[in-house]
Order: sequence, then C-alpha cells, then structure tokens
Amino acid sequence: MASAEEVAKAAERRDVRDRWLLSAPALLVILLAATGPLLIVLVYSFLTPGAYGDVKWQFSPDAWISVFMERDIFDDTLSVAVAHVTIFWRSIKLAVVTTLATLALGFPTAYFMATRSEKTRDLWLFLITIPFWTNLLIRTFAVLQIIRNEGIINTILLKLGIISAPIQILYTDTAILIGMAYVYLPLMVLPIYASMEKLDFRLVEAGYDLYATRFKVLRKIIFPLVKPGVIAGSILVFIPALGAYVTPVVLGGGKNMMLSNLIELQFGQGRNWPLGSALSITVMVIVMLALLAYVRNAGRSGVRHG
Amino acid sequence: MASNFSIKHQPGFTAIAATCFVVLYLPIIVLVAYAFNAASSTSEWGGFSLRWFQSAYQNTQVIDATLRSFQIGAIAAVLSTIFATMAALATTRTAPYPGLTFKYAAINQPLMVPEIVTGVALLIFFSRIKIFTGYSGLGYLIAAHTAFCIPFAYLPIRARLENMDLTLERAAADLYATPWKTFRRITLPLLWPGILAGLMLAFVISLDDVVITEFVKSGGQDTLPTYMLGQIRRGVTPEINAISTAFLLLSVAIVTLFFFVSRKRD
Amino acid sequence: MNWKTMATAMGLALLASTGLARAEGVLNIYNWGNYTSPDVIKKFEDKYKIKVSITDYDSNDTALAKVRQGGTGFDIAVPSQTYVPIWIKEGLLLETDPGKMENFKNVAPEWANPEFDPGRKYSVPWAWGTIGVVVNTDAYKGPADTWGIVFNTPDELKGKVNVVPEMNDVIFAAIKYVGGQQCTDDKAVLKKVRDLLVAAKPNWIAMEYNTIEKMGAGDFKATSDWNGSALRQRLANAAIHYNYPKEGFGLWSDNVVVLKEAKNVENAKLFQNFIMDPENAAGLSAFHRYANAITGSDKYMPADMKDAPEVVIPADAKPKGEFQKMCAPETQELYTKIWTELQK
Repeated sequence: MASAEEVAKAAERRDVRDRWLLSAPALLVILLAATGPLLIVLVYSFLTPGAYGDVKWQFSPDAWISVFMERDIFDDTLSVAVAHVTIFWRSIKLAVVTTLATLALGFPTAYFMATRSEKTRDLWLFLITIPFWTNLLIRTFAVLQIIRNEGIINTILLKLGIISAPIQILYTDTAILIGMAYVYLPLMVLPIYASMEKLDFRLVEAGYDLYATRFKVLRKIIFPLVKPGVIAGSILVFIPALGAYVTPVVLGGGKNMMLSNLIELQFGQGRNWPLGSALSITVMVIVMLALLAYVRNAGRSGVRHG
Repeated sequence: MASNFSIKHQPGFTAIAATCFVVLYLPIIVLVAYAFNAASSTSEWGGFSLRWFQSAYQNTQVIDATLRSFQIGAIAAVLSTIFATMAALATTRTAPYPGLTFKYAAINQPLMVPEIVTGVALLIFFSRIKIFTGYSGLGYLIAAHTAFCIPFAYLPIRARLENMDLTLERAAADLYATPWKTFRRITLPLLWPGILAGLMLAFVISLDDVVITEFVKSGGQDTLPTYMLGQIRRGVTPEINAISTAFLLLSVAIVTLFFFVSRKRD
Repeated sequence: MNWKTMATAMGLALLASTGLARAEGVLNIYNWGNYTSPDVIKKFEDKYKIKVSITDYDSNDTALAKVRQGGTGFDIAVPSQTYVPIWIKEGLLLETDPGKMENFKNVAPEWANPEFDPGRKYSVPWAWGTIGVVVNTDAYKGPADTWGIVFNTPDELKGKVNVVPEMNDVIFAAIKYVGGQQCTDDKAVLKKVRDLLVAAKPNWIAMEYNTIEKMGAGDFKATSDWNGSALRQRLANAAIHYNYPKEGFGLWSDNVVVLKEAKNVENAKLFQNFIMDPENAAGLSAFHRYANAITGSDKYMPADMKDAPEVVIPADAKPKGEFQKMCAPETQELYTKIWTELQK
C-alpha cells in the first residue's frame, strides 16, 4: 500500500515538473522582455530625477510623496494631490464604462457567431478580426472621420433635418469612449467566443424543457457556462483601456490627461523619471487589486451558479 | 418543431450582432474610401484618384514600415500563441500546486503595466544588451512583442481549456495513446478555436503597438504605427489610407482564398 | 481553416515581408517624422552610393532618452536648439567640426556661431522657424497679432481655438503674455501664468498637434502653431493667416548632429556637408516648408515660399522674436506642475 502511495506521489511530482517545463518558455520570455526590466522602474522610483531626464543615483522618497501629496508651488502648503486623483479617477471611470459597453455589444455578437453552423464560424471569426488588421492609430483616425462635425453621422443627421447644427462629439469624453469601445471590441468578443463555441446546447434545451424563459436560460445557463470567457474579455478590455494613450489624444483632443498621458509627461517633457516610475507602480498595484477582487468575486458567483 | 422555436435564439442578439458588424466596418469603409481621395487631406473629398496609391508605392519608408509590422506581428503572434498554449495546458485542469498562482500572476503581468513604462524599462535594459553584444536587429522587437502578446493569447486559450473536461484525454490514455498523440488528436482539435482566437488577438495587438516599439526600435526599424506617430505632428497624408487599404485587400484576399480552399477540401 | 492553412498563410506573410538587401555604404538618420525630403535623400544616395535609412521620432525627449541609453545604431540625429547643449554636455555627440567643412561658407552669418553650439563644432543647421498664432480670417476679422487669441479668446473664436500641446512653448507664450521673461521662476509671474491658463482652457476646443488638417477642414478656427505648418494651412485655405504675437514669440531651430556611437562617421560627415549646399538646403525646405540657414538657397526655393509671410519675418515683428532656451531643471519642475494642473 505504501508503495502505491509512493507511486502516486512520484507521478504527482512528475506532473508538477512537466507543468513547470511547459510553462517555462512563456515565463522566460516575459521575465526577460517584460517583468524583469520593470525592476528598473521600481528602483528608479526611489531615486532623484536627473537634470534633463533619466535619474541621478541618489536615494530620494520624493517621487512617492508627490504621487499622493502635492506641495503648492505658490503657498508651499502640502495637500492631497488633487490633480493626480482626478486623472486616476477619470481613467478608471472611462475604462469601466468601456468594458461594460464592449460587453453589451460583444456578448451577443459572440453568441451570434458561436451559434452559426460549424463551417461558417471561422468565417465570422475572420470577419470580426479583419477590421483590426489595420493598426490602432489608423482605426482611431477612421473613427475620427465618422464622429467629427463634418463627419458621416453629423452630415446624415443634418441632411435628414433631425438636427440643425452639428453635434460636437469629437473632443469629448464620449468620443474617447466610442473610440475605445471600437478599438477594444475584439478583445471582448474573441475570448467570449472561444468559450461559447463549446457551449453544450443540450443544457439549454434542458432549460427550455423545464419551462425556463429565454432570459432565464441566458442568465442561469448560458452566462455561467461562458463566464471564464467573459472574465478574460473584461480583463483584456479593462486594462488596456485604463492605460490607453493614443485614443484619448486623438479623439479626446488632449485637453484632459489620462493616466498614460500623465506618466508619459514625466518621462517626456516633465523630465521626472522617478515620479513617472512611482506613478506606474501605483497603477500596477491598483490594477492588480482590482483584478484580484474581480476574479475572486466572479469565481465565487460562478461556483454558485455552476 | 411545430413553431419555429429555436433553442439557440435569443431576442435581439442577432440585431445587436448585425449592428456590431456594421459599426466595425463603417470606419474601415471610410478609411478605404479616403484612400481614393484626390485631395491631399484626410478630411475633405476631392474626387476619385489613385494618386495616393502611387505615392505610397514610391514611398519606400512607408512600405518598409508596413512590411516590418506584418513580419514582427506574424512572428510574435505565432511564438506567443505556442508559448501561451503550453502555459495554458500547464496551468489549467489541475489541483492547485505550488507556484500555480505565481504563474497566473507572471503570465498576466505584462497586461498590467502601461505601455510607456514597459517601453522605458525595455529601453534601458535592451540598450545595455545592444551595446554589450553589438547586435541591434529585429530580435529585440520580436522578443518584446512576444512577451506582451502572451497574456492576450493565453486568456482565450485558458478560457477554452477550462470548459473542457479531461474525459476524452483520459480515455485516449487508457487506450495507450502517447501523450503527444493524445494532444495532437484530442486536445488540439478541441482547443483549436481558443488557439485561433489567441493567435488573432496576439497578431492584432502586435500590429497596434506604438509606444513600446518606439522605445525599443533601433535604426531602420520603424513599424507602421511608429512611422505614423512621427507623422501626426506634421499631418498624416492619405498615403496611410492607401497602404492600409492595399494590405487590407491583400489580407482579405488571402483569407478568402484559404477559406474556400479549405472548405472545398473538407 | 485548419492549422496547415494558417501556417501557410503566415508563411506567405513572412515571405512577403523579407527585408531589402543592404547597399555597401549606409547611413542611419534619426529624425522627426515627415521631415526629410525623399528627393534630397535620393540625390545624396546617388551621389555617394550610400543607402540611407530614416527612422522617425516624435519628440526631443524620446530622441534624447534613446540616444542617451545607447546602442541605437543611429549615425545622425536632428535635435532642437534647446536640446543641443544637453546632447553636447552629456557627451553624446561627435565633434565633427562642421565649421571647417567645405560648404560651411554658405551658412548665413547669423547662424554661423549660435549660442547653443559656439563655433559650430557639432551641428549643421537643418531648419528654423517661429511659433505664432494662426487665425482663420473668415471666422475672426479683428487684430490677431497677439497671444490673446489663445489666452483671452475673443467671443467669435470661443470653443474653436486649438493649442499645440508643447509644454515649453505654451508656457513661454503665457509668460510673454503676462509680461515675464522666458524661463522665469518668479512665483508672482508664474501664478499669473497658471491663472491665465486655467481660465483660458474652457475656450479651447482641443490641445493637439494635428493642426494642418483640422485648420484646413474648419474644425479649428485658430491655433498656436509652427510657421511651416501655418504655410501649409494657408495653401489649403487662403483665409488662414499666420501672426507674429506682439508680446513676443519663440524662435527655434533644428540641427543635424553626428552621434558619438555612430558607425558610419564618414558618411555622416558627408551628409552634414551635403545639406549645407544651397540647392540641397532649398530642396529640404521645399519638403518640410521651413526656412533654412543657407545663403544662396533663395534662388532654388519653391515660388510659394520665397516671399511667404510665414517664412520671411516682417521687419516690424523681427525684434519681438526670441530664441527659446532650455530652462533650469528646478524651473522645469514648476512648469510641469502648472501643466499637470492645467490638463487634470
């Protein structure tokens, strides 16, 4: 008996070892070309800004203090960094709304794709990705053409006499929202599609046999089953939206900064790399906390439904 | 059967999906239309003309940049999808084991950092390597792109795997199939939609990247987005529309061709 | 679609994207985007049998950051005059001594010995220009030779003004408008600047770079801008006028330098000399639409630039122009704070 136990243990050890080997390439690439170099950023956040960018190798907590507190340059009082809080809050808000918007559009679209005949599904998959074979900048410029005052929407509405003057969409938060929802939509559709494609419709049938309404079937059967896809999609949209750089500049008119613009300012014209580093780490921590909370929450309710 | 009751139907979903596709393609149609614009601005219509195709064709800088984008995108997408698939197999359908949470965190980590930060960090790190080794080829860009594409490829693959149970694979193993054979014949076909979604995502994400590329690129390594970024200050010409249109048409043609070829074979 | 067809498709994409063969001699130029005349480059390539590759940057700070870290593979860069002293001080540049080059005799006297590179030990002039106010006269007919268009916007232009978001340029203009000196760290002046900017912002429609198209199409009716950009706008719409603010306006110049880590030093020197030739300098101007600092280039200049009010500064405005300098780091920190508050 003891030997059987040993065999099982050895098998388990082998399994764990294999799993490490399998994940090694991904971990290695990420360590070398993404995570590892970030340690530099962590170190930089505790240094003194160099005169014209870069850092001086001299310890200073100033960067971290000025993430949260600001010293008024005129009356020298220390207070909460209102500007930073405002920018963080605006970015988070826009990212959340973008995620919800893409979910509302993306879920039915993924469902539609997944319920096509097996042969045409790949075609739909390609149809949804083709617009994205052009890069983000080009797509953002294309959106700009549509929502600007002389753009298609305003021209049609004017011609139809529905409005008498163009609606100013461009250079508003709505424009940023439209742009981000547009550019990040496939990040929502694809993961949901990937987990929905496998959906066992016998379960749905069973639901109808028990006289469930369509909405109830959707909520109680379909949604819980594709939850991993919804979670993956939400993460893939939320985080890039939070760090969006191009879209706010092109469509929002750049009057109000988002997180990325604030950080970019420190590494660019502001020449305060330590503050840029400290702000970046703050963003990372916020994202990680949000992610943990979200995955925990979603995971728990998933279990309840499943 | 009597009524047209379809268990797959959900009210309004088809309409939303249709809207979605229209919305997705509307800007692309505008983009393509302006490629044929005679005016030199991307905002007013000056009649039909092929001049921007001609001028894009003669602009080696923009053509090189576009080709480079596709090259990096294709290599990074394939590599990251392979690595992500392996990692997904290693991190799903298992009892928790030491290091599992670490792996989740590590694989998703590139997602959590604003691009500019990774860009600056990689600039500092890769510069040292460039000076040390004297190599400044495309390898750095490919490595960077592969790294940030991995989580994008990983998530849909993992989502797909989590919905697959182990019954079939166990059955295959019981029939003495080698692990590789089981993977090829059972797991891979079942996992395929997830892999395809991951590959597409990774490719698209790589094509989109501006900021990291801007910081990592060496001499002569502009991609289309970094080329455009350099142009924004001084006005973007419809050349960009023309070259994008050409590549869109090319990719659509290739995809369509393969789609019909593979259908016929089935 | 199965994995084989996918692989073939990917293979085809790769095949289509294999790089071009390299010529014997090469030169790697790192320059602002859309700034380098392909015709002049072609001429240089043909004359010296050198293959030129151009890589773009979009800001002085990115260029400085990258070159400072090293290993970039660039031979030549084109920093603005405010940054040239930093590049020199940080030891990033090779002393090529353009002052002794054959074509240096063509450099206009006022550009031959600039403050940012005394004796032209490192740099060769590429382009220079001004930063002023552009107004569409269809929308506003009043006097426009003032930063007041931006900072104290007349009613006709409210909600139609754009500001190009170059932090240092905007702060420079605002300081001039309230009557201060550039790079000032006088708190009383800066408080005025901050209040002015914050109060002015609601009248702006945007803060972005893409002015050529937006002014031409009418999204903007006025903007702060560079002169060459204004020239392009006027050529698209004759109602657009460039104005030199009477409170004082900034002068800038971009300069060709050779990097210390350059691998193709001789080719880079050839290029520095090449662009000081009047005909070539005019060729560059014809593309980027800014003035050059080469005497004798006038006769090769395109007709629409020769007497263009954007390029030739009128005599009465000339004394108001002032070369922008790099401010002290502590001052820069104050400006960043004001800027953050403005854009929060």
